[in-house]
Amino acid sequence: MRVLLVDDEAELVSTLAERLSFRGIEADWVTTGEEALKQVEKQRYEVAVLDVKIPRISGLALKRLLEEQDPQLKFIFLTGHGSEEDFMIGSAEAGEPYYLIKPVELNLLIEKLHEIIKGRGKGLP
Amino acid sequence: MLPAGLWKPKFWDHYDVASGPQKQLFNFRRIWLLAVLLTVGVSLVPLIFITVVDYRATRKGIESEIRLRTARLVSNTRRSVTFFLEERQSALQFITQLHPCQDFGNSTELRLILENLKQSFGGFVDLGIIDAEGNQRTYAGPYPLTGKNYRDQEWFQQVVLKGHYISDVFLGYRRVPHLVIAVKHQLTDGSYHILRATLDTERFNQLISGMEISGSGDALLINHRGELQTPSRLYGPVLQDLALPIPTFSSKTEVLEERDQKGEPLIVGYAYIADSPFILMILKHKKELMQGWNWTRLELLGFLALSIAVILIVILGTATYLVEQIFLADQRRVAVLHKVEYANKMASIGRLAAGVAHEINNPLAIINEKAGLIKDIFSFKKEFQAEPRLIALMDSIISSVERCAAVTRRLLRFARHMEVSIQTINLEEVVREVLGFIGKEAEYRDIAVSVQVQGEIPPFENDRGKLQQIFLNIINNALAAIGDGGRLDILLRRVDEQSVSVAFIDNGRGIPAEDLKRVFEPFFTTKASQGGTGLGLSITYGLVQELGGSIEVESEVGKGTRFAVNLPLKYEKRSREIDASTVSG
Repeated sequence: MRVLLVDDEAELVSTLAERLSFRGIEADWVTTGEEALKQVEKQRYEVAVLDVKIPRISGLALKRLLEEQDPQLKFIFLTGHGSEEDFMIGSAEAGEPYYLIKPVELNLLIEKLHEIIKGRGKGLP
Repeated sequence: MLPAGLWKPKFWDHYDVASGPQKQLFNFRRIWLLAVLLTVGVSLVPLIFITVVDYRATRKGIESEIRLRTARLVSNTRRSVTFFLEERQSALQFITQLHPCQDFGNSTELRLILENLKQSFGGFVDLGIIDAEGNQRTYAGPYPLTGKNYRDQEWFQQVVLKGHYISDVFLGYRRVPHLVIAVKHQLTDGSYHILRATLDTERFNQLISGMEISGSGDALLINHRGELQTPSRLYGPVLQDLALPIPTFSSKTEVLEERDQKGEPLIVGYAYIADSPFILMILKHKKELMQGWNWTRLELLGFLALSIAVILIVILGTATYLVEQIFLADQRRVAVLHKVEYANKMASIGRLAAGVAHEINNPLAIINEKAGLIKDIFSFKKEFQAEPRLIALMDSIISSVERCAAVTRRLLRFARHMEVSIQTINLEEVVREVLGFIGKEAEYRDIAVSVQVQGEIPPFENDRGKLQQIFLNIINNALAAIGDGGRLDILLRRVDEQSVSVAFIDNGRGIPAEDLKRVFEPFFTTKASQGGTGLGLSITYGLVQELGGSIEVESEVGKGTRFAVNLPLKYEKRSREIDASTVSG
């Protein structure tokens, strides 16, 4: 499984990527939307884990752009923010089970990753 | 102004303590007083003014009418009296003209003339002829007056001077009132004699007393010295002094007001009778004349009193009703203001909580991941496995982070408007379900829990999960407050067409008044030592709001607490944003 982590907190994503790799999940990380698009161009990923808020672009808009490049790509959203707006967008786009609040428990994230790849999250947009 | 109790309007003793001095726009008692005084002033002042004017005008009218009537009566009577005297005087004049001078020397002839006069006019007592020296030359009558000399008497001098004379009334020999009329007969040769007649005043009295004077009125003649010339019912017999001042001379009929001996007001009409010593007076008691006025006055004052009473009742009623309405509207306004204020505060706290949670969450996530990574490194790399304490330390960090995360998650849950999943529910079933979770605890602590349903509660649409959470929070709080062996009553009730209420009534230790205001605020807890976060009831509050309901709490220390959740039977989806905008607007 190959996963792309997108979050403006480099410290967070880098650590997260490293920890995932300890558990046999290949994870790359970027901190901006532009980098994410470039990365998806270079490399095929099964899942993208996006922060709802990334500088200059919203997680939602980024999801649309990434989907254009790779329609097979699946998404999990992360947020540190509990605002209404974020939640509405996140839960509507990803489905409530794939909308995780930071700090996220690593095992939960891995579980969700496996789940979404197996296609149990089907029926969602 | 109003009697206490039933009649006292609600606003009378109202002082809006809770809303503070700025929010009390109206001093209802002052508004009421102002409204009453202004309307009373505006309506009563003109009414009283008009009544006073009318009162005076009517009284004046009646008084002048009385004066006019009295004057007319005096006038007519004067004419009669004048005519009476002039008639007799003319008769004497006529006799002197008709008979030659020598006839008068003959007393038989004079007696014949007296007889004729008695028959034609009546009242003549005697006749005498007096010569220029004042000697009574001839006399016809009952008294032996022949030869009597009158030269030095005043009446003689008067008649010589003026040609005629009418005397005051006097008492003759037989103590009968009389008066004298004398005329002078001037002959062509310059000599003269005087014809003198005595009249009794009977006819005269008849003339005066024949007038119909109503009630205690009287008509009388006096002379210029104020002696009665005719007998009076009220003022005494002939020649007694009239106990009233002599009216001042006037050639016309006059009417004036006097007071009699008892001080009662009198209307006095009088006229001086020309060429005689008489003054005609008509006296009437004003009180009797004004009796008609009394009735009119009573009507007028009665009408005024009735009008004032009606106006006062209407004004008091209307003012009280209107101010009461304003008061009630203001009460509603204050209540809504309180609610809005509270909702606004909760919304602000929610936003603040979300912001804080967000700011903490990111560094917390980093700590979490870094600690996780360190643990991973220790776990996955063999060289570190000899040091189990390191992993334990990392676990401790991670569990602390998890505790922080639990708090921020709860905060976010409080702040967030979760999508509501709606289904048709049976309220009693939901309550019993929740009781199922905690039934064991209640049983163990010997707490009696009862569920009562009042009226029919139809199944309605709502969020089962949220309701469960709401009820669970409240019941948990109640159980914490109830001592062992206490009781919790849950009362389900249909409030009206649109809503139902679930009340949780416990007999626990109660909440002090100063805490009661804050129970729904986040982080407000009295159970910090027992691990309370102070978020339970604030989350409950948020949940109830989301469901379009309301939550109220009443409590008394030592007696217990009552939480009541009102829920709409018809669920309307609404978002926090709309809520917040209504709140801040």
